[in-house]
Amino acid sequence: MAFLQIAEPGQSEAPHERKLAVGIDLGTTNSLVATVRSGRAETLGDADNQHLMPSVVHFNSEQVLVGQPAQLRASEAPEHTLSSIKRLMGRSLEDIKQRYPHLAYQFCQDSQQVPAVITPQGKVNAIQVSSHILQALRERAEQSLGDELTGAVVTVPAYFDDAQRQATKDAARLAGLNLLRLLNEPTAAAIAYGLDSQEEGVIAVYDLGGGTFDISVLKLTKGVFEVLATGGDSALGGDDFDHAVTQWILAECSHEGKLTAKQRQYLNQLAKNVKQQLTESDSVDFELNLDGVEITSLTLTRAVFETITKELVAKTLRATRRALKDAGVTKQDVQNVVMVGGSTRMPVIREQVAQFFGKPPLTSIDPDKVVAVGAAIQADILVGNKPDGDMLLLDVLPLSLGLETMGGLVEKVIPRNTTIPVARAQEFTTFKDGQTAMMIHVLQGERELVEDCRSLARFNLTDIPPMVAGAAHIRVTFQVDADGLLSVTAMEKSTGIEARIEVKPSYGLSDGEVTQMLQSSVKNAKQDMRARMLKEQQVEALRVKEAIQAALDESGASLLSEEESAAIQAAIEQMMDIAQGEDPQQIEQAIARVDAISQAFAQRRMDASIKQALQGQTVDDI
Amino acid sequence: MDYFSLFDVPQQFDVDTTLLSARYQALQQLTHPDKFATASESEKRIAMQKNAQVNDAFRVLKDPILRAEHLLALRGVNVAHDQQSMKDTAFLMQQMEWRESLEDASATSDVDAMYALDDELQQHAQQLMSQLSAQLNAGTEERLQTAEGLIAKLKFMHKLRHQIDEQIDRLEEDY
Repeated sequence: MAFLQIAEPGQSEAPHERKLAVGIDLGTTNSLVATVRSGRAETLGDADNQHLMPSVVHFNSEQVLVGQPAQLRASEAPEHTLSSIKRLMGRSLEDIKQRYPHLAYQFCQDSQQVPAVITPQGKVNAIQVSSHILQALRERAEQSLGDELTGAVVTVPAYFDDAQRQATKDAARLAGLNLLRLLNEPTAAAIAYGLDSQEEGVIAVYDLGGGTFDISVLKLTKGVFEVLATGGDSALGGDDFDHAVTQWILAECSHEGKLTAKQRQYLNQLAKNVKQQLTESDSVDFELNLDGVEITSLTLTRAVFETITKELVAKTLRATRRALKDAGVTKQDVQNVVMVGGSTRMPVIREQVAQFFGKPPLTSIDPDKVVAVGAAIQADILVGNKPDGDMLLLDVLPLSLGLETMGGLVEKVIPRNTTIPVARAQEFTTFKDGQTAMMIHVLQGERELVEDCRSLARFNLTDIPPMVAGAAHIRVTFQVDADGLLSVTAMEKSTGIEARIEVKPSYGLSDGEVTQMLQSSVKNAKQDMRARMLKEQQVEALRVKEAIQAALDESGASLLSEEESAAIQAAIEQMMDIAQGEDPQQIEQAIARVDAISQAFAQRRMDASIKQALQGQTVDDI
Repeated sequence: MDYFSLFDVPQQFDVDTTLLSARYQALQQLTHPDKFATASESEKRIAMQKNAQVNDAFRVLKDPILRAEHLLALRGVNVAHDQQSMKDTAFLMQQMEWRESLEDASATSDVDAMYALDDELQQHAQQLMSQLSAQLNAGTEERLQTAEGLIAKLKFMHKLRHQIDEQIDRLEEDY
């Protein structure tokens, strides 16, 4: 007997009500939030209608400031005003000190692996700083849209490795966002342009930011964006163009010898201004007022600027050529070139890129906003606002995954540019008689030596049944999900003993640490935390119920026996009863039971949908 | 796992690449995790596993060497690794000659010679590929063994071409 479903008052949802979803571009210098409203994707401004939020967070004993107000404090308290924190995401203390020796912050080791900065608000790590930025953007969106967000897509650079992605995901969780997907920035930019025009063909995304260069080659077929290859240079960006101008200035005024920190900062700012003015005009006259040097009048023309930056532009084009080669396409195959990043405003870049591809690049969307706009379009789809759309993003693994073998060498298990999700297995055997444990070291990178790659994790496989050397067959499976995040499982084949290992990056946080940070970020920790967890689990239970109910309505009758169907229904009812209670853990367990009991049903649904669709296609083909 | 049946294409060496791509697109629409963003955890998990299979199947089916190996595996023949099955002395000689040519070209940084060697290898590989196709389509036990030897040769040539490619890249990078 079928029952009519009646929703709890206040919980019902109008069937066509749009869910609120946003795309967030968490940038090194600036961050943005965008959403789709009345069919248009647009970025959201603050009270003063400023859309770009400086990625700066200031800590003092009373409060935490984010964005413009934080930036205003930078000169007065540089050691407590954190900027460009994205560069520190997923990095170890050693790594940070080596790469950025001049940072004004006072570092300490926070948890076991994650470094932190000492501030008047205590120790804060890069993940927490990023979560402050994400939270400020979330608040801006909720104020502007008038309700809580259902979900968000956050973008990351395509070259981000597992540790950096995991750090970004943890930051989103700390900020209270329901993260729908981590999306690669170039893919987001391509979506921003691709959907409007509904074109087919090969797209190149040329992304020149402040400190990095990124090139991606994508193929668009019937709404499916397939990343063919990504490449770039993580140490080449607009800052290098500023540096070239600085060097030119110093040569012009014949300055030699060391510069003071103050002089360097003055020159940097001057160079940046001159560079930006050259975007609008053919030549810039300016005065050099450097301590200890006579005031000098200088003129930089666009032609000279092009000469002194020629090698930088050429470097980006070489990386572009390589990416095209990796993708197996020629530059003639490329139909559209998308420009991303403030540095692509430079006319020299636009001209050279146009010349390289033999066609003008697309520049109609603000290169600072294009990533956020694309992320918003993807968020709108993922949250279910366009159920019939066929847009799909197929991303690739940006850096190869491998394992350490004898002699400190890395054996690649999954090569870069492999379409994700991906699962691949590798078999190992024991080296000595009776060996019961094995150490596995997972690495990411393209180089042959362990020391040149990024160490993601080490873990021990234990409880291997004692056998003679070479008899045990241990199968290690790597799985990378759609966000580019890795998990590893291992199994001894002859006994079937399975050990599941979540790969926590060598620099990442454990789940416990994330929970602890969540607690410390909420006042009156325990109670509020419990309330928040209870609400999260209740929302999740309702979501699971709705999802499975919809599946049952659609295909329960054809794919399940009456008993099976009744068992699922009973588990759902039990879960909803428990969800009325106050214990988040019990609800979590009830959700897990529903999940387990509906597993076979989900499998059958998947198989049936594939069978039906492919048969349908065969008929169409004839 | 039979990738041919997952893609619902005939279990044979020659494939219709247009059909293969169309099937790939259709299977992506059905299995990609993004299509299950609001589904239950079990559906999400199964979608991810199935989608990873679809990706792997497409990688294998669109690559002639991997496809041939997969076909042999389905018929119970496992291709031995490395040189074990390479008993063809003429091919071993040829192999050494090619390696020497590459070393010579590399010593003199002669990019043109590398391109010429690559062309030669490509033509040779093409011939072997059509032989492979004939053997696999015939499908008798004996023919399958011959196919195995051909695959080993093709794999060697593929590796060598990859090395040539890397060297060319390196030399052209220096400009």
